[in-house]
Amino acid sequence: MAENKEDIKAQVLEAYKNHRALQIQAGETKHFYGRNINGEPLSLLKHTGITEYEPSELFITSHSGTPLIEIEQAIEKHNQMLPFEPPYFGSTATVGGMVAAGLSGPRRASAGAVRDCILGVDIINGKGEYLHFGGKVMKNVAGYDVSRLMCGALGTLGVLMSITLRLAPMPPCEQTIAISLNPNDAIQKMNEWANTAMPISASFYDGNDLYVRLSGSLSTTQACIDIIGGECIDWSDIFWKNIREHAHDFFITDLPLWRISVPPNTPPLKLSGSYVMEWNGGLRWYATEDNAEYLRAEVESVDGHACVFRGNNTEQVFHPLSDVSMKIHRKLKHAFDPAGILNPGKMYAEF
Amino acid sequence: MLLWSKVYIDMSKSISLSILTQRFHQVLPEEAVLTNKEQLYPYESDGLTAYRQLPRLALLPDNHDQIKAIINICREFQLPIVARGAGTSLSGGALPHAEGVLLNLAKLNNIIEIDPNNRTARVEPGVTNLAISQAAKPYGLYYAPDPSSQIACTIGGNIAENAGGVHCLKYGLTVHNVLALKILTIDGEILELGGKYFDSPGYDLLALMTGSEGMLGITLEATVKLLPHPQQKKVLLAAFDNIEKAGNAVTGIISEGVIPAGLEMLDNLTIQATEQYCSPGYPPNAAAILICELDGFEEELNSQIILVKKILKDCQAIEVRLARDEQEAELLWMGRKAAFPALGNLTPDYYCIDGTIPRKYLAHVLENINGLSKKHGLRVANVFHAGDGNLHPVILYDANASGELETAEELGGEILELCIKVGGTITGEHGVGVEKLNQMCVQFNEAEITTFHAVKAAFDENALLNPGKAIPTLHRCAEFGAMHVHEGKLPHADLPRF
Repeated sequence: MAENKEDIKAQVLEAYKNHRALQIQAGETKHFYGRNINGEPLSLLKHTGITEYEPSELFITSHSGTPLIEIEQAIEKHNQMLPFEPPYFGSTATVGGMVAAGLSGPRRASAGAVRDCILGVDIINGKGEYLHFGGKVMKNVAGYDVSRLMCGALGTLGVLMSITLRLAPMPPCEQTIAISLNPNDAIQKMNEWANTAMPISASFYDGNDLYVRLSGSLSTTQACIDIIGGECIDWSDIFWKNIREHAHDFFITDLPLWRISVPPNTPPLKLSGSYVMEWNGGLRWYATEDNAEYLRAEVESVDGHACVFRGNNTEQVFHPLSDVSMKIHRKLKHAFDPAGILNPGKMYAEF
Repeated sequence: MLLWSKVYIDMSKSISLSILTQRFHQVLPEEAVLTNKEQLYPYESDGLTAYRQLPRLALLPDNHDQIKAIINICREFQLPIVARGAGTSLSGGALPHAEGVLLNLAKLNNIIEIDPNNRTARVEPGVTNLAISQAAKPYGLYYAPDPSSQIACTIGGNIAENAGGVHCLKYGLTVHNVLALKILTIDGEILELGGKYFDSPGYDLLALMTGSEGMLGITLEATVKLLPHPQQKKVLLAAFDNIEKAGNAVTGIISEGVIPAGLEMLDNLTIQATEQYCSPGYPPNAAAILICELDGFEEELNSQIILVKKILKDCQAIEVRLARDEQEAELLWMGRKAAFPALGNLTPDYYCIDGTIPRKYLAHVLENINGLSKKHGLRVANVFHAGDGNLHPVILYDANASGELETAEELGGEILELCIKVGGTITGEHGVGVEKLNQMCVQFNEAEITTFHAVKAAFDENALLNPGKAIPTLHRCAEFGAMHVHEGKLPHADLPRF
């Protein structure tokens, strides 16, 4: 198993010379996400360690194989957090997998996504070259934003080696309230409240109840609860962790699970099956047997896009790209990985 | 590939201006094609006036079809294209190309839609930054990034430069606030990116496009995120008798978990200048002052004010002043906002630098800048976004005094290299443009710069869009000499050095 930078570089270089596909992996908690591919495993599981963390600078740099739990534990001690509340989907999740998948959790709508918190990355490109982009500072416009380009690229543009993330202070207090609402009213309310200055940090609707989390000082959350109404729930932390980790009852299903992004204020979609909503209505999860073509057409009609999150026996996991966009995707892939050896086909069959 | 583009551009010289004018007149009204010098002078430079260049011609389209037709003609004749909004760039990003077309997008200034329910604004590239917030105001919403030129600068330019402002510490840069773009590619095709949702399929081309200095495509439309106005704002001033204490206070505030909406520092030279210029009432003898704006929900704000006051006193502030009302708050901000014209009153010319550093090195870097200032014999004032470590050293010089411009540039270059040395970057928000090409060679190695060129080629193979900006050629880096030495190896060993 490749342990250090030089070993990993050597393995990529070897694959480049021999035109052999590599399958990048570490904690294997998110391997279900994206298309099924074959390739020689390139493991980053041993490329671990936090290399720089200074609470006052609000950033942390670590090697990509560092367990996510290790990072969260280190920053929690200083009352800091990863603002995007990343899903683990298993205790072995690593920071590299988190960035490659680019998935964010409940706090995304208010605090930004993984990509918003990427300050810099080191990668090995498809030619075995070790490259550094971005840095440790929040404002940095030197050169194209290659760091953010790596986020959500599913390892198809480079092997993530080191990542610098922006951190945020933890709110002193969090409380969650539940209110019984029909779907139309839930969507309307979430967006009405999002238009106010109230520090709402998460929202979730299960078909019957709307759950809203407030973050701030105790007096702040209390004042907001008075405005919104509803019942405070116990175990707020566990409730949101279950949403984040798909441990909530809704996600325990044998049906294909679709992840649908739409403008938040979109009325309920005309799809069969069951669904839940997050992010003020901007993220909708559907457990449905609707066929992909029908579902995608419906989602497109409201200016959204859809991805088969789990149960992906399909060729087309992510929403199809336009011809113009696909052309640029293929050229970019070629720019970083001319031999097409890094997770080829993981995102789209074409590259 | 890059050599080929040079050949193409050389070929474009041979096409006569009259033929080009004739072609552009077929797709644009006569008054939208500018060819004589008097008409072209307003475009010869942007906000960085040290660099001047007249374009071959300037075009003022007012719709997408015209722009598409322009792109097609430029591609046919391999003419370089420099897109421009208000021309407020501080790095020469909109400097015209001698052989090319200056594409002025200012006429595309419609706000297409304000969608209060999804908190978005869809606008054309020539809409000014401030106009978006004004249009959103009736709905209690605003557009957060606020570069100091926000009255004039356009959203197209903001996207090209990934513009910042005084409130980025809490609300992010342009890249954090753009949701969708409609891009015209050099092939004349429309590339739609993003939407009114939280993420997009495929690569994050929105991020790549933002801050790409007009080198990957032309923005035809942008959808940006709108935020609700904070319930309340409070502004504090703190004065210090030395810069180190002020730097410690900045670190202290952030360490305690407070993210101010804005946290700005002014040094004594700037304080003096602003007092003379507009009398904001800053303590005249302070070595440095901090202006700290906190915003949010009322209850939250009250507890933060108490905490920040305590931190400032613990850091030995000699004075802490809380603005009691909006008028007092405005007065505190007035000096900061007038700092650049105020400094302009002290000197015939000034040169503003844009390096960003980790906050903990503020005192160290400011001290070193002071040393460099003495070494080169030019005064340097500091007024900057302390909260995010984004320095704006302002070098005061006289362009008419022999050699002073060169000295100012040399001093600026040394300051930027100092920023890289402490783990920072050569540009936080102004962009590389033509100004910082040499320092790019210090920040990035050969393979990294080659990657940037490959990204460019993926969008614009013949390098027609804003050629020569943002990313230096390897040849230039070899000539510049002070290069990134990576793992002890001298890069570009095969290139000649002079």
